[in-house]
Amino acid sequence: MRGFWNKAWHLYYDGFRNMTIGRTLWAVILVKLFIMFFVLRLFFFPNYIKQHATEGNEAEFVATSIIPPQNK
Amino acid sequence: MDLDMIDWARAQFALTAIYHWLFVPLTLGLAVVMGVMETIYYRTGSEFWKITTQFWQRLFGINFAMGVATGIILEFEFGTNWSNYSYIVGDVFGAPLAIEGIVAFFMESTFVAVMFFGWKKVSRGFHLASTWLTGLGATISAWWILVANSWMQHPVGQEFNPDTMRNEMTSFFDVALSPVAVDKFCHTVLSAWVLGAVFVVGVSSWYLIKHRNTEFARQSLKVGAVFGLISSLLVAISGDHSAYTVGQTQPMKLAAMEALYKGGNDQSLTIISAVNPFSQPDWQNQDEAPMRIAMPYALSFLATRDIHGFVPGVRDIIDGYSTSDSTSEMRLSEKISNGHMALEALADYRKAKQEGDSVTMEHAAEAVKERLPWLGYGYIEDAAQVVPYIPICFYAFRIMVGGGCLFILLFFLLIVYLYSNEITSRFKFVRLGWLTKRAKWLWTAALWCIPVAYIVSECGWLVAEFGRQPWTIQDMLPTWVSVSALPASSVMTTFFIFLVLFTLMLAVEISIMCKQIKKGPEL
Repeated sequence: MRGFWNKAWHLYYDGFRNMTIGRTLWAVILVKLFIMFFVLRLFFFPNYIKQHATEGNEAEFVATSIIPPQNK
Repeated sequence: MDLDMIDWARAQFALTAIYHWLFVPLTLGLAVVMGVMETIYYRTGSEFWKITTQFWQRLFGINFAMGVATGIILEFEFGTNWSNYSYIVGDVFGAPLAIEGIVAFFMESTFVAVMFFGWKKVSRGFHLASTWLTGLGATISAWWILVANSWMQHPVGQEFNPDTMRNEMTSFFDVALSPVAVDKFCHTVLSAWVLGAVFVVGVSSWYLIKHRNTEFARQSLKVGAVFGLISSLLVAISGDHSAYTVGQTQPMKLAAMEALYKGGNDQSLTIISAVNPFSQPDWQNQDEAPMRIAMPYALSFLATRDIHGFVPGVRDIIDGYSTSDSTSEMRLSEKISNGHMALEALADYRKAKQEGDSVTMEHAAEAVKERLPWLGYGYIEDAAQVVPYIPICFYAFRIMVGGGCLFILLFFLLIVYLYSNEITSRFKFVRLGWLTKRAKWLWTAALWCIPVAYIVSECGWLVAEFGRQPWTIQDMLPTWVSVSALPASSVMTTFFIFLVLFTLMLAVEISIMCKQIKKGPEL
């Protein structure tokens, strides 16, 4: 079992070390993920219902927003 | 509700989905091509096929890396811009999206690593299995995403719970294996294979045009063309079945795809007509689009499997109809009335809940359940609201079908060209000089088919999604009820951020991809 984990570790370690084009790609991926999760998600894409409804009251919040006044 | 907000939220979702779909089909298509090439390497032990596989794997890797997580942005948008929709469908979408996430993460990330890093570390058999499993993982991921999308087109296996205000899954198998999901999966994945094949023959043709790596290019061309021809013929079959399913489950979408305003029996399929691409046609007063060239009986056969079958047009669906085989459609006004009753019952339920009146709650829940299929019509005020934007549906459908036919012809001609010696020596009467002398034209056409394949593939999604309008969930939830009460300006801001970000990312990808193609295989 230890041999398996050792082999798996070396697969990834050597793979990342010997990358050529992969380095550029990883840089692009990391920049992209940073922009997505630490800029866009945090500052531009909050969870609207969590932000506007009190906890446990989400169903009522959605009901109020989707049932037109004339049907109430 | 601010109408601008709805338009910007839709535009942003469309932009993100279109961008995401630039990567997915190539991943799915190249995965199979790589698998086939590596299988040849495994069987023959030829170093040539190993290097060939590695080259296409490198391009696969670039595309895979650039596409990673672009789909997650769609989920951000659900939570922010489409909060009502997101909340209502959460229970149904939870299971397929969770399975997708787990499968994608464990299967793809494990086997992708072995595929890229394991050439000298694992046995040939294990490496081959990893390559195929990478493709299988991506395809299974696609299945679950397409299941979620199909449910929006044809919401089955669920019931609406007025207490939680959510659609709750009642049958996992009905959701996962609905006829729409099966058709959508087959048609979408097969079309992705076609795009992958077009990419392979296009890039290979570039080497032939440049007189570089000719043996590599010819062999890749053979794999790409044969795989492409098989896939594109299967796409035609699955497309035919998809159209039939659309006719059964979303007749308004079919009517919009065909610009069929007044339907009937013995309907012909429009090949082309002069639908104004810039405005909604006058479907209230016209019977059909002007300057129409059509194939007799073909639409009836496509939609009903009977050349005399009844195909409803836009006005038939609005006015209601019944056919000789007892198929009938309720008038729009009746649907609207049922929708109002469903919404009133829902309001009664919520009020009774607050008052703790369990008897009224029970009655109201029954009333909601009874009229649930028309709930969304309670939001409709004008018949024009239920008609999708016809020009996009009409032209996108024709580009999709026309492109599919073009690819069948391209792959066929490439195969004939590549096997011309074998064909002419076996069938002495066949003359192929007209083709072999114009090989460069064929290669140039194959190269130009790469962007065409992307356009065609995106058009498929335009048909599917514009045709579903105005619904986010067919007949149950229109777009303007699905959105959050946000100012348009905030969505507009993120729209332009995405536009800049996506354009930059695409430029980077194309540049890295072109560099690698110019570098060529390390033969």
